[in-house]
Amino acid sequence: MRADTSMLATDRRLVLKAMLAAGGTLAFDIQIAAAQGAKPNGAASARINAYVAIAADNTVSITSKNPEIGQGVKAMLPMLIAEELDVDWASVKVEQAVADQSRFGEQFAGGSMSTPMNWMPMRQAGATARAMIVAAAAKQWGVPAAQVTTKAGEVIHAATNRRAPYAALAAAAAKEAVPDAATLTLKDPATFTIIGKPVPGPDTPAIVAGKPLFGVDTVLPGMVHAALLTAPVRGATLKSHDAAKALAMPGVRKVVVLRQLGHDDAPVDALAVVADSWWTASEARKVLVAQWDNGGRDQHSNASFAASAKAAFATKPAATIRQEGDVAAAMAKAAKTLSAEYSYPFLSHATLEPQNCTAQFKDGKLELWAPSQMPNEGKDLVAKAFGMSADAVTVNLTRIGGGFGRRLQSDFMIFAGAIAREIPGVPVKLILEREEDFRMDFFRPGGFHKLDAALDANGKLTAFRTHLVTFGAKGAPGRGGELPNDLVPANLVPNADLGMTVLDSNIPLGWLRAPGSNALAFATQAFMDEVASAAGKPLPLFMLDVLGESRLVTPPKIPGVPDIWQPPAFHTGRAASVIREAMKISSWQDAPAKGRGFGFYFSHLGYFAVVADCAQEGDAIKVTKMWVAGDIGSTIINPLNAEQQVRGAMIEGISHVIGGLQVPIAGGQVQVANFDAYPLPRIDVVPPIEISMVRSDFPPTGLGEPALPPAVAAVANAISSLTGKRVRSLPYKA
Amino acid sequence: MPTILKVNGTQRKVDVPGEKPLLWVLREDLGYLGPKFGCGAGLCGACTVHLDGQAIRSCITPINSVGDAAITTIEGVGASEVGKKVSAAWTALDVPQCGYCQAGQIMSAVALLETNPAPSDADIDSAMAGNLCRCGTYHRIRDAIKQAAGQKIAGGTNAR
Repeated sequence: MRADTSMLATDRRLVLKAMLAAGGTLAFDIQIAAAQGAKPNGAASARINAYVAIAADNTVSITSKNPEIGQGVKAMLPMLIAEELDVDWASVKVEQAVADQSRFGEQFAGGSMSTPMNWMPMRQAGATARAMIVAAAAKQWGVPAAQVTTKAGEVIHAATNRRAPYAALAAAAAKEAVPDAATLTLKDPATFTIIGKPVPGPDTPAIVAGKPLFGVDTVLPGMVHAALLTAPVRGATLKSHDAAKALAMPGVRKVVVLRQLGHDDAPVDALAVVADSWWTASEARKVLVAQWDNGGRDQHSNASFAASAKAAFATKPAATIRQEGDVAAAMAKAAKTLSAEYSYPFLSHATLEPQNCTAQFKDGKLELWAPSQMPNEGKDLVAKAFGMSADAVTVNLTRIGGGFGRRLQSDFMIFAGAIAREIPGVPVKLILEREEDFRMDFFRPGGFHKLDAALDANGKLTAFRTHLVTFGAKGAPGRGGELPNDLVPANLVPNADLGMTVLDSNIPLGWLRAPGSNALAFATQAFMDEVASAAGKPLPLFMLDVLGESRLVTPPKIPGVPDIWQPPAFHTGRAASVIREAMKISSWQDAPAKGRGFGFYFSHLGYFAVVADCAQEGDAIKVTKMWVAGDIGSTIINPLNAEQQVRGAMIEGISHVIGGLQVPIAGGQVQVANFDAYPLPRIDVVPPIEISMVRSDFPPTGLGEPALPPAVAAVANAISSLTGKRVRSLPYKA
Repeated sequence: MPTILKVNGTQRKVDVPGEKPLLWVLREDLGYLGPKFGCGAGLCGACTVHLDGQAIRSCITPINSVGDAAITTIEGVGASEVGKKVSAAWTALDVPQCGYCQAGQIMSAVALLETNPAPSDADIDSAMAGNLCRCGTYHRIRDAIKQAAGQKIAGGTNAR
């Protein structure tokens, strides 16, 4: 069978809307474009839409549109399509999409949004293709489409005992009109054969065989290599440099000066060494001589931040995020009041694959091979940086060696593009040294909280207040440094006060896995642990009291923010159910043994409760067991991957507390250059982890992030319980 | 400096400076892209390969120190009985998340099982301590090593 893509209608497009009810109604649009603009998928295959092509041997190529960073999206999205297309998973070959918003709509890996944004649209993409195959079969057989059924990649007309593989009809199907997705009946979840089944990552065999998949593995004919030197003080500008020694080294081709490139909030000056080998470029980088103008940025340090926070706490917050009732009055008539200060450090993403990008500038066009979590934004940034049209920039998505939010910033694409433009026609692969990767991160903002709470005579929480001292610019918090207006428990008590003061610094900020939440969960749930103790209750029971009746709590809308990024409604019943489940699976006692801690948090539409046990082992405290209960809706799409996401979140949660993970700032410089100073968890840290997912009657939501925040709190609270000394500052120090 | 290297059972000739790390010779000069660059300082284990069966960090191993040792990379590890078993267990348990560290993890695991076919948890911890996994696939790494060793694995909750 041959595909004749030229015969496909070019205007065949379908806009699908997915109505999500995960605490509020969100509408996501997706285009299911026809084959127009799509590369033919081998001579012997027919492309039915942007996502589905069927080969002569009935192999189904399914395009995965989002970047794979280890969150399992390369299995998950195609599973949704394959399910409704009604094919065997064994016949599916997954292909990675290029960055093309016109064909695939949103294509980012972030915010745990791939599941909620695609649960319906991807199923509809599969169902649409199936309907077109059914229509083609009905025509060919001269029977009503309603009588044609499908099973495992075959169309069947039972009455006349006819059946045919999809492959036999694919070319004809591609010419069928795209049906309105709203008219299609999707499968009854009880009949799912792929969704909900454990599906291994499509790339697993290639990873195990050591095949080149990642950004750093990109190899192009005639490719050269580049290493980058940036200022030790982030944001410093290049005063002068001497590249003579570097240029004298055999194999070094060029030293390129990059000026004020990158994201608008963090422009960078840098020197790039271009050489025949990356190792040569890296050796030459060591002998570059550069003078930097720090421009006063070297005044920033952990000590200066702490002093500024102290000063801020002595006055009122610069901004009010939310005010309910009268906190001062509630405090005045409280039976008990509590007050405490909490803090947490800057953190690095420390993806194991260093930031890198390969670029080629040829005939006025730029092609990039980019491990970016936001490739379309990266494309726009690149186009803007060089005054090019976005059409002149092509972005290929590579597999990504860890994202954790770092690659939501696509600065490395701009740097690679800038170098490529200096050597037209020659492809260049830029890889950052580990030291540069740490230096050039966009950090999880540190923060300081002054928290207050009031209890009445019955031990009921009557008031909650926090003053967050965070980081940003000109009074606006940076990425991941915001104070949300739906912070638990401020959204649940009659008297609440959320205030914020923003400190300026030269340290660029970025979203780290469960941004905001990963820090706020610690400060709020650890403080609530103190409050619960004062009320004479363990934290999970105290939280159940705070949650109260099962209901939907809707936060005030933030003006000017698109619906999709508005804080979602909070379902107290779902929250209570995961707390009860965590208590159940951990056999929580009324008076838990020393060394046990609890944490609850709601983020990224997921409800999670974590129990952690810890014990003293020699000089160190070790987490000995963790229990996790979570609710991300009706369906766990891929349980094999879900288990990994939750375990990974628990291990990351431990690492935020135990082991000393932090990025200290001194003299405006990041004080971490390699993993010896950034002790990520290793295999001996890992406890047994028991996971229970509570199913609820809501559309499924993402799992990359929401399990992490309560883990941080649970581990901190477990240590407080063990030592009798409250952990109010991260990382934990004995 | 012309050098003969024995990689995955094949003699390969390269002409590069003697101090060039084995990792970059493998990746750039010989086309073995399996071993990965992570830290350049022997701290993360992503670059792990075998020299005469022993797991080493190729990012800090200059090729003039390799001599005539047999180099095995992830691309060639399946040639041995243990390598085959470990790779099969890794695939069967779907160990990788992002996958970037896994070549190094597998090389360390194979080196462990070659010398210690029945490792305890403590043996596994110490043999694998040099290999970082940023995603945290450690439960499945432990299980895959045990499965390759023919030991019972906990699965599910991975109770140790």
